Amino acid sequence: MTSNIRLISRLDIKGSHLIKGIHLEGLKKVGNPNDFAKRYYKDGIDEILYMDIVASLYGRNNLQEIIKETVRDVYVPITVGGGIKSVDDAREILKCGAEKVAINTAATKNPDLIKQISKRFGSQSIVVSIEAKKISENKWEVYTENGREKTGLDVLEWAQKVDNLNAGEILITSIDQEGTLKGFDYNLIKTVSNNVSIPVIASGGMGNINHAINVIEDSNADAIAIANVLHYGKMSTSTIRHKLIEKNINVRKFY
Amino acid sequence: MSENFIKKISIIDYGVGNISNLLAAINYCGSEGRVVTNYKEIDSSDYIVLPGVGAFKYAMEQLKNKNMVESIKNHIIKEKPFLGICLGMQLMLNKSYEFGETDGLGIIDGEVISIKSQKPCNAIFKIPHIGWNKLIENKDSKSIYSNSLNDKYMYFVHSYYANCKDPSDIIASVDYNKIVMPAIIQQEYSYGCQFHPEKSGPEGLKIMKRFLDE
Repeated sequence: MTSNIRLISRLDIKGSHLIKGIHLEGLKKVGNPNDFAKRYYKDGIDEILYMDIVASLYGRNNLQEIIKETVRDVYVPITVGGGIKSVDDAREILKCGAEKVAINTAATKNPDLIKQISKRFGSQSIVVSIEAKKISENKWEVYTENGREKTGLDVLEWAQKVDNLNAGEILITSIDQEGTLKGFDYNLIKTVSNNVSIPVIASGGMGNINHAINVIEDSNADAIAIANVLHYGKMSTSTIRHKLIEKNINVRKFY
Repeated sequence: MSENFIKKISIIDYGVGNISNLLAAINYCGSEGRVVTNYKEIDSSDYIVLPGVGAFKYAMEQLKNKNMVESIKNHIIKEKPFLGICLGMQLMLNKSYEFGETDGLGIIDGEVISIKSQKPCNAIFKIPHIGWNKLIENKDSKSIYSNSLNDKYMYFVHSYYANCKDPSDIIASVDYNKIVMPAIIQQEYSYGCQFHPEKSGPEGLKIMKRFLDE
């Protein structure tokens, strides 16, 4: 079998709150991230993704206390992103019990950091997060700072470069679709996934089960990041899992 | 042994990866974990866990620099229980080809090779092998796990794998795109697992508990 598709709950954090916005903006507080992480774990989530969305702004990641608390109750992999600028920053996050770090801004400024973290902790420990904004039919630009800063980089070229620099995975978030519940940017995910050798996590836009099925079957996503529909209780992890199983999509069996 | 006996488990911290989640999982399983950072503490341990994520070569250098290699080998010779997880499992073998050729601990016969060397990757066959995959028990293994492991989903994340020389050292395997790789290996009182039992949900914790009860 090929790899089983992973269901990842994405929790964007500001300060000590789980928040949710649209197009990575217009943020609303949803609750205590640990409570949500625990609930998703019990319901069979495959991974947890924490993003400190104001970290780059303040120059540091503030999730260490949250991670330390989460690992006491949640025994699935945790990826942590936001404000990680160096090998030392990555080490601090991993030391708290995270399995992987996600980097975006620092990688675009210093691509060699991907190589350094990979060499030190292994490629499996580094996820490169790419915020993509559509500029024409088959072209997307890389943004940073939650969609605030342009980089001038082309998404596909950048994705292939981070693959060559030994990143372990790519998390690709469509700024256009994020928070809209209107479905993923299927063309974006497909373009990246079919042209890199590492797993691609599709993020941004999941609103119903057909969105998940489409991005897995047509766009070759290796994992899907789910936020709003879980946070607002529109769907549960187990419902999503069982609907995917009904469609003969390979996922972890969890009872 | 009294009912109240709590086994003390030493987790070797040699600067390679995350210890706190492993410690949490060990305590969750009802054992008492402690983190050890020098070889003297290994010498006085009843049960050791060698974790690790990252590169084989760097990890082996760390163990050598901290004089831990001999202590681990002595521990094994004394027939005390040992558990290697992920990279810690790969370190149990004779050598690895990750970032050049590096000697391992030589607890189990075999070499660590890249998944890529078996099959080139493409749009649907990605490396690393990341995610949840089910165990396939080795019918011929003499382990105590008979039939309790099949179809249990565990969390894997690796680009290299332990290519064991003797198939009877393999308790369970995992199939990733028809590449069948050892998932749990055993030699006497030493166990290794490629997946992360501490990250594999309730089923992973069950397996972890059984290792620790060994």
